[in-house]
Amino acid sequence: MTPGPIEEALRARREAGRKLLVPYVTGGLNDDWVRVVEAVAAAGADAVEIGIPFSDPVMDGPVIQEASQQALAAGATPGSILADVARIDVDVPLVVMTYYNIVFRAGHRRFAQSLAEQGVSGAILPDLPLIELDGWGRAADEAGVETILLVAPNTPDGTLSEICSRSRGWVYGVAVMGVTGERTTLASTAAVLGRRLKAATDKPVLLGVGVGTPEQAAEATVDADGVIVGSALVRRLLEGVGPDGAADFVAALRAGLDRT
Amino acid sequence: MTSLMGQPTSDGRFGEFGGRFLPESLIPACAELETAFTEAWADAAFHDEYESVLRDYGGRPTPVTECRNLSAQLGIRVLLKREDLAHTGSHKINNVIGQALLARRMGKTRLIAETGAGQHGVATATAAALLGFECRIYMGAVDVVRQALNVFRMELLGAEVVPVSSGSRTLKDAINETLREWVATVGATHYCLGSVMGPHPYPWMVREFQRIVGTEAHGQCRELLDGADPDVVVACVGGGSNAAGTFAGFVDTDARLVGVEPAGGAAIGRGIPGVVHGSKSYLLQDEHGQVLEAHSLSAGLDYPGVGPEHAHLAASGRVTYHAAGDAEVLDAFSLLARTEGIIPALEPAHALAWVIRAAGTDDLPAGCTVMVTLSGRGDKDVAQVAAMFEQSGLLSPRG
Repeated sequence: MTPGPIEEALRARREAGRKLLVPYVTGGLNDDWVRVVEAVAAAGADAVEIGIPFSDPVMDGPVIQEASQQALAAGATPGSILADVARIDVDVPLVVMTYYNIVFRAGHRRFAQSLAEQGVSGAILPDLPLIELDGWGRAADEAGVETILLVAPNTPDGTLSEICSRSRGWVYGVAVMGVTGERTTLASTAAVLGRRLKAATDKPVLLGVGVGTPEQAAEATVDADGVIVGSALVRRLLEGVGPDGAADFVAALRAGLDRT
Repeated sequence: MTSLMGQPTSDGRFGEFGGRFLPESLIPACAELETAFTEAWADAAFHDEYESVLRDYGGRPTPVTECRNLSAQLGIRVLLKREDLAHTGSHKINNVIGQALLARRMGKTRLIAETGAGQHGVATATAAALLGFECRIYMGAVDVVRQALNVFRMELLGAEVVPVSSGSRTLKDAINETLREWVATVGATHYCLGSVMGPHPYPWMVREFQRIVGTEAHGQCRELLDGADPDVVVACVGGGSNAAGTFAGFVDTDARLVGVEPAGGAAIGRGIPGVVHGSKSYLLQDEHGQVLEAHSLSAGLDYPGVGPEHAHLAASGRVTYHAAGDAEVLDAFSLLARTEGIIPALEPAHALAWVIRAAGTDDLPAGCTVMVTLSGRGDKDVAQVAAMFEQSGLLSPRG
């Protein structure tokens, strides 16, 4: 398959010598979340991940669990979040991150089409592994939505190559054996996985989970093309920093990456 | 096509249900477990060890008891498969002994598990003590309060009990938290899942470890009934492990099979297909796909999903599923105590409640024979039931 818009955009930036940065924002968290997305995009993000909250997020640690519960309690639904997304004005690709039951309930084709219609270019479903990808993968391809697949530190080599070849947009390396959340240091698994992925694919390789500071972002991109930062940003949003504070944090991450 | 209650397909499907919907980090562990179980279950030495532990330590076989007083009152013949008499007080021991022996064979040193009512947690802590595993049990904060005695039991057995305060703070959230820990500790840790749910191979493996209930009951009923099978076989269904084990022994007979769900958590009765905790099955969820909280007085059935094989058995028509409400469950709890001197756990009291309601109707015509799996004993529930009788101010246990 030819690269889609996300992969094209990220490749172009990588080729220009830039390290890639994808912040994660929980959709529906606080009334100003749309402005948060716009602010982090303007502050140096190369794409933005928007979480559609799910009641049972098994891949998420306490911070994103809390953000998801707050958003759900405030009445966020997949439909309300996608309607808000349509109003977002940014010049970087938007990617939705949610859990498979949200997609399954809506129906593969309907969900893929609604993403495309609202201007979402990609999707990440952390509980839909390669072996279960079929139905959604086809529907997403048909709608032009790039499904970004995850690789874990313990993924065997054969599966790793299959995931790299099937993933669209970028390849998401899970930097640590564990769920989302900040860690005091970057896990030793990050560098190993980054190198394995870079050896297996020419697609952009981004590491996420346990990458939460400018220093960790810089360290992770020694062996990868970029990073995804979720809990460290969402914690700040839960603490009330708002769009400006989110932009400051993303700018600091950007500066950390640009120094490398 | 797979035959009913045989092996699932290679991708873990029972009909359209089942599968392995988990983060990529856990896929290698599920594959490793599938290989290990497949090899062990084909190994006569493993069967010997599993059966001898359940016999010499677990108290198997459990008897089938004919309930003469209850039968006279209901006008039908009621037999109980007495899993309440198994070590630790429920059928849960069958599964955990199987999984703990398997985990040892796989070289794991640590067991983690979720628990609702606490029965599976107690059973896992027991197996861990017996076989020398470290053990951590995740339990919803609501259930920690409801089942304080079982928390103490687990701690007495050397396990660490971790209260889970996320989400609805019950069984479903305990499973989420156990899965989250497993993602981080998967190398040396075996997730000892308590029911016929979760990702492949768990629904199949747990049913096979519970098949002993149905196999024994089938033979015991034939002895009691002069070579005949019961007309109807009934078991309660939360995740559905005692029912799956029971039905596995009778699926190839002419017996009608009935599963009884709690009215407040009737995934088959009121759910629609969905995916949570690793597999596709019927699920209580809203129009957007958010999982709903189940509401049952029984912590062990307080779960919004159901094992994928039950979804398939329901779709195939081989098993019929009904629901029982809290009030009739309490009545059944008291009735069995008074008529037979057996205090059932609240979970199988659901199965009894349906039997009491259906007795004399077309579902259970006068004179028919029904076997109910009494999956556990009610000791754990008496404090909760006493408080409910007191609160309701209506009926004393004497009725």
